[in-house]
Amino acid sequence: MRKGLLWLGAVLLLAALEPNLRGLIGAYNYQILVLVGINIILAVSLNLINGFTGQFSIGHAGFYAVGAYTSAALVRYAGPPVRALVSFLPAVAQDAVLLLMGLLGAALVAGLAGLAVGIPSLRLRGDYLAIVTLGFGEIIRVLILNIDAIGGARGFSGIPQLSNFFWVYLFVLITIATVHNLVDSSYGRAFVSIRDDEIAAEAMGIDTTRFKVLSFVISSMFAGIAGGLFGHFTMYLHPNSFTFVASFYVIIMIVIGGLGSIEGAVLGAVVFTVVLEMFRGFGAFRLINFSVLLVLIMIYRPEGLLGSWTLFKRRRKTGAT
Amino acid sequence: MGILEIRDCTIRFGGLTAVKSLNMSLERGALYGLIGPNGAGKTTIFNLLTGVYQPNEGSIELDGKSIERLKPSRIAQLGMSRTFQNIRLFQSMTVLENVKLARHLTRTQGVFDAIVRTRRLREEEVKVEQDAMELLEIFKLDGRADELALNLPYGSQRRLEIARALATNPTVLLLDEPAAGMNPQESLELMHLIRSIRDRFDLTVLLVEHNMRVVMGVCERIQVIDYGETIAIGSPKEIRDDPMVIEAYLGGA
Repeated sequence: MRKGLLWLGAVLLLAALEPNLRGLIGAYNYQILVLVGINIILAVSLNLINGFTGQFSIGHAGFYAVGAYTSAALVRYAGPPVRALVSFLPAVAQDAVLLLMGLLGAALVAGLAGLAVGIPSLRLRGDYLAIVTLGFGEIIRVLILNIDAIGGARGFSGIPQLSNFFWVYLFVLITIATVHNLVDSSYGRAFVSIRDDEIAAEAMGIDTTRFKVLSFVISSMFAGIAGGLFGHFTMYLHPNSFTFVASFYVIIMIVIGGLGSIEGAVLGAVVFTVVLEMFRGFGAFRLINFSVLLVLIMIYRPEGLLGSWTLFKRRRKTGAT
Repeated sequence: MGILEIRDCTIRFGGLTAVKSLNMSLERGALYGLIGPNGAGKTTIFNLLTGVYQPNEGSIELDGKSIERLKPSRIAQLGMSRTFQNIRLFQSMTVLENVKLARHLTRTQGVFDAIVRTRRLREEEVKVEQDAMELLEIFKLDGRADELALNLPYGSQRRLEIARALATNPTVLLLDEPAAGMNPQESLELMHLIRSIRDRFDLTVLLVEHNMRVVMGVCERIQVIDYGETIAIGSPKEIRDDPMVIEAYLGGA
């Protein structure tokens, strides 16, 4: 009950902010804020597999791309008939229906892609997942380049603008709540046990392959949702936004913030996006910031800015237990 | 028929036959010791039983079910749990979380319940925590429940490993050198503990141990192996007087 009220309050707050925010902080800052939100979804979801489950995936941009293009294509091609079907609703609700349809498709297709990549590669230990996911990301990009219906190398334009601050931050909250609840359950303990000691986890009855795949699929689904939100915000998608460099960006975010900390992933996403934007004038040189930042973090705080610190554990220790 | 039956198990690593035509039979409720000089193949046998290795020949049956081709997690689900010679606790988890993790097998709620945190799930989590705390009390670890497992002293880490193994609700418990690194007082307490958990949890215990005082003191039946082959089976007294055993340990003339 209390939780329901909390969610209602959050939705109302976001809905109240949305129409005024652009005037309040300017269109430029509004756009940065939305990008920060999308990056938070990417970082928090990647942290589930890289941080909590301890498997090294460098293909997050691949699932991001799958989601972005799935949602955009779905809304672009199936949108008009669906809109006609719900034409009795006010325009805002029509947009919401289309967006949610797109995001649902994005999550499902990205999740299936995660399943297809995860089942063979997660059976193996060590670096195989990294190699396979790196390859997967590139395959997806090359595939997109060659599918004309979604723009190919020209890029996919004419995507209706459906997402905005409200939707992005609603999904930021949903992502954080999902990962937080999951990590703080028997599933989360299973994920962390795999990271700590796979042999011992297996000996305690944890089917490690199954849990790795589960974690990977959930992570991929949220990457897909982030992609959908991105496409419907920028209204244009190009394969160049989804190279393996984009995957590394997300890894940098979670390494800066702290692997295995949700708050860390959020902080990392914010720091990364804002710093990247502040140094926009320096062109490609701005990436040097992160090289320097990463070197400094590895020297002075190898566990990341927040390490494995979480709000939750603090509360438990002082709690009734 | 016993609860754990090993028949003619052989495993080879390249040219080395680590375990050769091993036969072992554990009655329900037994406290069974497996001993042998260094490199005799004791830990290999544990790894065969728990599915880490698969035998080249032979069969292993747990409570009538053939388990020699199953994954370790499946074998654990069927009721065989173990501790490790070189302690393998989940180091980034607290003492309590280590035990809670092992209660995973009793979970009835799906992943969706976990994500939306249903009332049933929260009730189950409370139950899991109570069970885990009860186990920790038996092992006198309840006072350190919220400490990281890796911060425990060595003897406590060994006890936590046993507590964690028990949390999976096993019928057969395999202890790989539980007294390693313990002082005489600690190993004495451990002996009492092993006997009391066997009675309390209705277990069958298979023990690999180097500490002869512990093995002789706690086991009701002992099997001695050397170079992967059984050289003697019997009660502690019989084993102590067996010339083959004495020769294996002290070397023949």
